[in-house]
Amino acid sequence: MLNSLKYTIKEAFMQVFRNAAMSIASIFSITAMLLILGIFFTITVNISLAIENVKDDFDTVSIHLLDETTYESASTMILQLEGMSEVEDVHYLDKDVALEQWTNDKFADNADIFDGLAKNPLPNSIEITVTELESAEKVAEVAKTFDGIEKINYYKESVDKLLKITESLRTGMMITMGFLVLISILVVSNTIKLTVFARHKEIEIMKYVGATNWFIRGPFLTEGIIIGIISALLSSGIVTLIYSRVVKAFSMDVSWLLDTGPVPVGFMTFNLAWIFLALGISIGACGSIVSMRRFLDT
Amino acid sequence: MIKFENVTKNYDTNVGLEDVSINIDKGNFVFLVGPSGAGKSTFIRLILKELEPDKGNICINGMQVNTLPNRLIPQLRRSIGIVFQDFRLLPNKTVFENVAFAMEITHQSARNIRRQVPQVLSLVGISNKANMYPNQLAGGEQQRVAIARALVNNPTVLIADEPTGNLDPDNSWEIMRLLEQINIRGTTVLMVTHAKDIVDKMNKRVIAIENGRIVRDEYGDYGYKEEDARLHTGDYIGGGYRKYVK
Ligand SMILES: Nc1ncnc2c1ncn2[C@@H]1O[C@H](COP(=O)(O)OP(=O)(O)O)[C@@H](O)[C@H]1O
Ligand SMILES: [Mg+2]
Repeated sequence: MLNSLKYTIKEAFMQVFRNAAMSIASIFSITAMLLILGIFFTITVNISLAIENVKDDFDTVSIHLLDETTYESASTMILQLEGMSEVEDVHYLDKDVALEQWTNDKFADNADIFDGLAKNPLPNSIEITVTELESAEKVAEVAKTFDGIEKINYYKESVDKLLKITESLRTGMMITMGFLVLISILVVSNTIKLTVFARHKEIEIMKYVGATNWFIRGPFLTEGIIIGIISALLSSGIVTLIYSRVVKAFSMDVSWLLDTGPVPVGFMTFNLAWIFLALGISIGACGSIVSMRRFLDT
Repeated sequence: MIKFENVTKNYDTNVGLEDVSINIDKGNFVFLVGPSGAGKSTFIRLILKELEPDKGNICINGMQVNTLPNRLIPQLRRSIGIVFQDFRLLPNKTVFENVAFAMEITHQSARNIRRQVPQVLSLVGISNKANMYPNQLAGGEQQRVAIARALVNNPTVLIADEPTGNLDPDNSWEIMRLLEQINIRGTTVLMVTHAKDIVDKMNKRVIAIENGRIVRDEYGDYGYKEEDARLHTGDYIGGGYRKYVK
């Protein structure tokens, strides 16, 4: 078994070198494919992360109360809401406090524009923090049944829209990826077909001498896998280089846009390298299996 | 041991073999003769399970070939050594490597290979050329290498499809002496040939096929006249894909 393994690997490396031009062509195309995939991947992961962060800021439900609703009836509502497992925190916000907060926050420089208002335009409200964004709807449903409510505000819809965007981004990535993987498999299989063809005499002799099919396939399979691994290493290197530059540029120019910044270089490229390796190996192996099917069916 | 029982093999409209029964015992030396297209290669390809018979039973070295599952084909072929008219050596491997190749294929250790290959090279009398490449050797020497490769895994049967077809008379006789020596060591030898003088002088069992049928099976001479023998050459080998011109 060990002897065969040695033989297989030795032969595979010889094939890669003997067929250098085609091997390089395959490595180029798989690397290009992995790079495109890498770009998609880093963008999607970063956007998803940003959205996750945004979700945290929007996990609130706000119940606006009618002016005639008393503090007592608001308290019963709060009690009932506190009983729900989806609710993390509930508190009552008096409209005067709200106005003060609001003016301080948004119009700190010219707070006097509200001085002329005869009446506070804001309602009293109950502010709820839900455990996760998805439960906001359920909490809102319960709140609707209360008497003395003006309206209920929550941000689910806008976040849903964002989620849909990432969802389609992900689907787009999957489709592009499938397409690119298919092309790469074709390219590899063509390369291996050439080696198989160049070695058909040898294969014929191997069959006469009693080599098993897997023994004959071994070097070709390994050839594909070697091509895949080289491509994976190359593209991992390139992606690390590019991504670290981009992250650096981001942290200088536009980091104020996001609270958390982009996914760290080490984490991103480490994961990507494994994905590249798995993909590269599968593409190489599939490519050689496809190319050998017709040649080695007996 | 090679045993055919009422074996028939047709290619669409062409007759390959027609109701052939043969029994070749262990240690036999057999010439298979007959005109071009008679079915000699078909016979060999059936032995190697390169072809499936339409009818009949084939038993090789105790293996029921017609019902043998495909995964056991390598095992069958390892018990059979095969030599071709065109040598079929790998040009980019040395003599030693060409022979070692047959052992690598059967998962043998480097140590075994280093021990066994020189032995078999010396048996065929080519030890001194172990590090040369096939294109540096004469035809007779190349055929010796091919025989060494066929023998290195100790097959019970050696099949030679016109092994002297590309060689001059002197070299042909050297190869024949080698095959005879191999046969004396206990290996069954089955040789397809059109060389009348060789068959006549060797005085071994001769099986003649014509149009897929056995027309003669006895000890003695080639059985065809010199003019006919000439017609027999220019044969198709290996399933009729390649034509060899002398
Ligand atoms: N692959 C094939 N397809 C169709 N006919 C074939 C094939 N191989 C051999 N034949 C036919 O079968 C017959 C026997 O061929 P073969 O066994 O090669 O004869 P030999 O080796 O004695 O010259 C011939 O008529 C030949 O044309
Ligand atoms: Mg023939």
